[in-house]
Order: sequence, then structure tokens, then C-alpha cells
Amino acid sequence: MPVMTYLEAISDALREELRADERVLVMGEDVGLFGGAFKVTDGFVAEFGEQRVMDTPLAESAIVGAAVGAAVVGMRPVCEMQFADFVSCGFDQLVNVAGKTHYRLGLAVPIVVRLPSGGGFSGGPFHSQSPEAWFMHAPGIKVLAPSTPEDAKGLLTAAIRDPNPVVFMEHKHLYRRVKGEVQAGTYETPFTARVAREGTDLTVIAYGAMVHAALEATEPDQLGGASVEVLDLRSLVPLDTEAILASVAKTSKVVVVDEANETCAAGAQVAALIAERAFEQLDGPVRRVAAPDVPIPFSPPLEQAVLPSVERIRNACRDLLDY
Amino acid sequence: MEVVSSGPAGAAAAEDPAGAPAHLTAADRVELLRAMRLMRAIEARALALYKQGRVPGSFYDGFGQEAVSVGAAFAMGPRDRLCPLHRDLGAHIVRGVEPARILAQYMGRASGVTGGRDGNVHFGDRTTGVMGMVSMLPDMMCVATGMAMAFKLRREARVALTWCGDGATSRGDFHEAMNWAGVQRLPVVFVLENNQFAYSTPLSKQFAVDPVERARVYGFPGVTVDGNDAEAVFGAVRAARKWALAGDGPTLVEAVTMRMHGHAAHDDMRYVPPELLAAWAQRDPIERQERRVAGLGVDVETLRAEVDAAVEAAAAEALEAPMPDPADATRGVFAVGEAEPLGDGRAPWSGFA
Repeated sequence: MPVMTYLEAISDALREELRADERVLVMGEDVGLFGGAFKVTDGFVAEFGEQRVMDTPLAESAIVGAAVGAAVVGMRPVCEMQFADFVSCGFDQLVNVAGKTHYRLGLAVPIVVRLPSGGGFSGGPFHSQSPEAWFMHAPGIKVLAPSTPEDAKGLLTAAIRDPNPVVFMEHKHLYRRVKGEVQAGTYETPFTARVAREGTDLTVIAYGAMVHAALEATEPDQLGGASVEVLDLRSLVPLDTEAILASVAKTSKVVVVDEANETCAAGAQVAALIAERAFEQLDGPVRRVAAPDVPIPFSPPLEQAVLPSVERIRNACRDLLDY
Repeated sequence: MEVVSSGPAGAAAAEDPAGAPAHLTAADRVELLRAMRLMRAIEARALALYKQGRVPGSFYDGFGQEAVSVGAAFAMGPRDRLCPLHRDLGAHIVRGVEPARILAQYMGRASGVTGGRDGNVHFGDRTTGVMGMVSMLPDMMCVATGMAMAFKLRREARVALTWCGDGATSRGDFHEAMNWAGVQRLPVVFVLENNQFAYSTPLSKQFAVDPVERARVYGFPGVTVDGNDAEAVFGAVRAARKWALAGDGPTLVEAVTMRMHGHAAHDDMRYVPPELLAAWAQRDPIERQERRVAGLGVDVETLRAEVDAAVEAAAAEALEAPMPDPADATRGVFAVGEAEPLGDGRAPWSGFA
């Protein structure tokens, strides 16, 4: 199988779907001739032309709104927000138009909104956010957050083929840092969780870049030989409650990790689910590791103080294992 | 009728709205009247139902503005796509939504167009080529722009039409859509339904420059028409559609009218000077069309009686319809299976025959 970076896997999914389905259209700021701020669509114009790989005006609300309009007349638009942070400018179109249309009108809105998200690069408060929970709270929008190249390709392919609005969280810190084997051709990854590592003593539940931090934090030699399961959610809406509850039943101890701000984050929903449905299986309190409720700061020591680190995750696991 | 800049409605502006219009047969002119009569009769019946407590929530109507939605929608072909607003019931009527489903919609019944999921004119029957609005205005301008973008991309001879109010011209989506449509020269028609007030806010507090003038700076024509003249609105939108199909891009059509009722049924409109309302009452769009149609030898009283009887029968049917099943409240958030795009709608203008 070919080895690809996370970014190459995303590009590959887009390219394959553009080739396979003439309804697919990529649109966003600088995605055309320039190939996108992160070069996800590098070279696409040469193959697909400027109309199917469309440079749009700098107008996030219109990007999402126009994608909705194109979708309801039969297209399959994939929009790129240059950084996830800028989706706030298109929030209304996504939450009120895209998300509520099928429920109200029985009219499907097959769009994908790609959100390059996450911190760790001194991007500062407006280029580092992890806004996935905003969309988990808005009915009618699916939210995906892959951690591996294989899942990035398969989930994006499935998202493009899905008849609903899908927010695709792609973590900037994984773009070139993570490599892995990716199937050639096209395939769909289901919107379910994946066990990234099996274990019996404790479960760490994470998604996106935090899956890698969790795996590093819980290597057996780091935790006195404890066997730690890492559950990669992959999909936040729908949330794979069965996989979460199965892992809790197996290990009885849970650490939930979010890179996002702590309050009402995806991990808060996971913790609430466990409290409600798996209380009897628990052998200790559910522990959460997340960014505190502050904007993501610019200067490296400040940013590192905010983003969940391998060390913080490891300490949380150690405390809970000792409980 | 003032032509603000050169463009597609120049031809329409040259027509004498009181005379025989070039593109409308006698049957078309009767159809315009019938659709406006239906809109008013349905809304009057719904308002009565609201006052009887049969319509939950609030109630919005387009009393006095019937010519804007009916005239504009009448210019659209079956494969064109429309995004009407809450005072544009006439567009749904032209596209073929039945009165009983509309009245059931107001009452939150299972047989309403949205099955009780949304109220008022917040609906769109997807089989008629119409996408329902959201309350955030003018979001649908961006959506219509995207429809037009798809038509152009696929080289289809189709147009998207949407409406916005005078208040909505202050929001960013108005500018984002206008700019985008201008940059890409898209086949979209924006109808600015200038009804003098955004809730209670008059035009003088909304903008310093008539927004129809903004069209020119976004690179396409803006025209002003008498929004209380269905044939004039039709003429301007017909010309704008032709312009769009020729590849010349969008048009902003400002239809000047008056909101003759409050923002919603609870609103007593004390902020509107009575003499202003009285002056506009003399320009009622339905009475105007009745005079024209009567001049063609049509018995307008019979037409009115037919419409009233149809609406009364529709009200009886809607009142018999069941309320939705509470178990239905959590269904249908997500689509399952292949996405079905908007279907084609009724296009009664003789020009499409």
C-alpha cells in the first residue's frame, strides 16, 4: 500500500472524488491556482480546471451559502475554510441554512466543509482553534475528525458521498507530521470509533491530533506496564456510543482528551454519556484533559501551557490508575 | 418607473404598464390576478385563524405586496429555482403549492408543507423548484448565488431568483452575494422588496444610499420598478432573466412597495404615519390588476368568488387535518440515501408554453 502523509491522503480523497463524480466541486479562498494555503489542492486546477477547483471571493458566509445552493441543485461541493477559525464568519449559513434544511424541508444538503484546525504553531488566537463542538451542538451537521492518513482519506470520501452537511476537521499539526499506509483507489471509512490500541486497565478517549498524544503518553513503559486502551472517536456526530461504552465496560477507568477549550467540548459529551450510561462500570472518576477556557495564545510558552501535552495526559492516566 | 442604470430592465421600463404589455397574453394577465387574489385570500383566512387561536406562534403576511412575488415568480421557467421570503407567498402559489397545504402549514398540521416542523411561509415544496427560507435575512441570496453558480458551471440555461427586504440590505450576506454574483457574472436575479419598513425601522435609518445603486458598483445593473404593479414586476424580472440567460450576469430589481400590515399580526404599526398607509391604499396591486383584467372583458367578481370559495374549501380541509405525531419530532434531522435535488415547478406564463 502506498505511504502518504495525512495531507496527501486528504488530497488523494478529493482528487479521486473529483475524478469519479462530475458533481464534485472544490471551492474556497486560494484553493485554485495557488493550491490552497496548505497546498491540499496543489495541482488540481491543471487536472480539473478553474471551475471545479474554484477560487472564491474572500467571503466565508457566501462560500457556505453558495455551496448549499449548488448542493440543492445537484452538485457535491467541498468547501475549504482557509483556517477552521474563519468558519465563524460562515457559521450562520452552516448552522441555520445547511443544518436545518433537511429537517424542515426534506431537502438534502450534501456539502462538506473542510476545517484546518488545531494549534501548536504559534498561530495565535485566530489560527489555532478547535471549533468542532460548535457544530456538535447544532442539529443536522455531521462532524468528523480523523487522526490517521488512512482514516482521513476514507472519512473524507464518505463525507463527500454523504447526503448531509459534514464538517471535516483536519488537524494542521498532522498534515505533514503523520504518515501511514493508505489504500489505493477509493474506499469509505465508517463514521464510527476505532480502537487505536487495545488495553485492559484504562481507556483514553481522544480524536484528531490528541490520539497521537494519547498513544505517546500511554506507552506501557511510561506507566509501569499498565495496559491502556486508546479509543479514536473519528466521528463526533454521529458519536459511537457503543464503542465508548464497550471500552468503559472493559477497563472501568476513563480519561477523555480534547485539544479544544474544556467547557462543552466533545469530551464533555463523552463524559456525560459515561456518567449516565456506565456509572456502574466505573472504578474511578472520569478524568478530562482539555485546553482551559482561554483563547489559544501566540507565544510558545503560553501556547504550550494551554494545549494538552503528552505529560498532562500521562499524569492524568497515572493518577487514575492509582485511584 | 425609474431606470437607475442601463441593463436588462431597460426594455421593461419602456413598456407602459397600464397598456397591453408585450409579453403577456390576456390569459397571463388573468393568471397574475388569480395568483394575487389567492395569496390575499389565503393570508386573510390565515389571519382570521390566527385570531381564533388556530395558528400557533406569530403570523406574517404580504398584504399589499402581492405583485412582487407573483410578478417575479411568473417570469420563471420550470427548471429555474426560487428562494422566496415570508411576504412572498405568491411565489409558492405560482409554482403550484395547493392552498390547503399552505393553510395547514400555518396551523402546524401534519399535512402542512413542512409537516409542522416550521411555520408561516418558512416552507418550500422541493418538488416545485423552491427552497424554503430561513429567518436570517438575506441568507438565501448566498444560496441563490450558489444555485446560479452550478447552472453556469454545468452550462445550463437556467436562472435562480431570490428576494430580500430593505432591512436585509444592511447585512453582510447581501454584499457577499452581490459581489460574488457580479464577479462570476452569474445567472441570478435579486429582487429587493422595498416595503418601506424593516419591522419598525424606516428606510432613513437603514441606508444612506438607495441600495439599488449598489448593483452598479458590484458590476451589474440595478433597476427600480413599481412593486405594486404585477405586470411591471414581471416585465423587469422577465428582462433580467433573459439578460442572465444571455450570459450577461445578475440584476438587482428593486420593487418599491408598502407593507400594509404590521411586521407580524401582533404589531399595531403605530410607527407608520396614517397618511402614508392611506396613500398606498390607493395603489393596491390587486385592484389595479382587476381594472386591467376587467378591461379585457373578464368578470373579476366571479373570479374573486371562485378564489374565495377555493380558499374556504381549503380552510375546511386544513382544519380537518391532524396535528403531527409527537414521535415525529426527532425524525428526519439527517438525510438517508441518495440526495434528491430540487424538482421542477409549475411555470404558467404563456412564454413557456
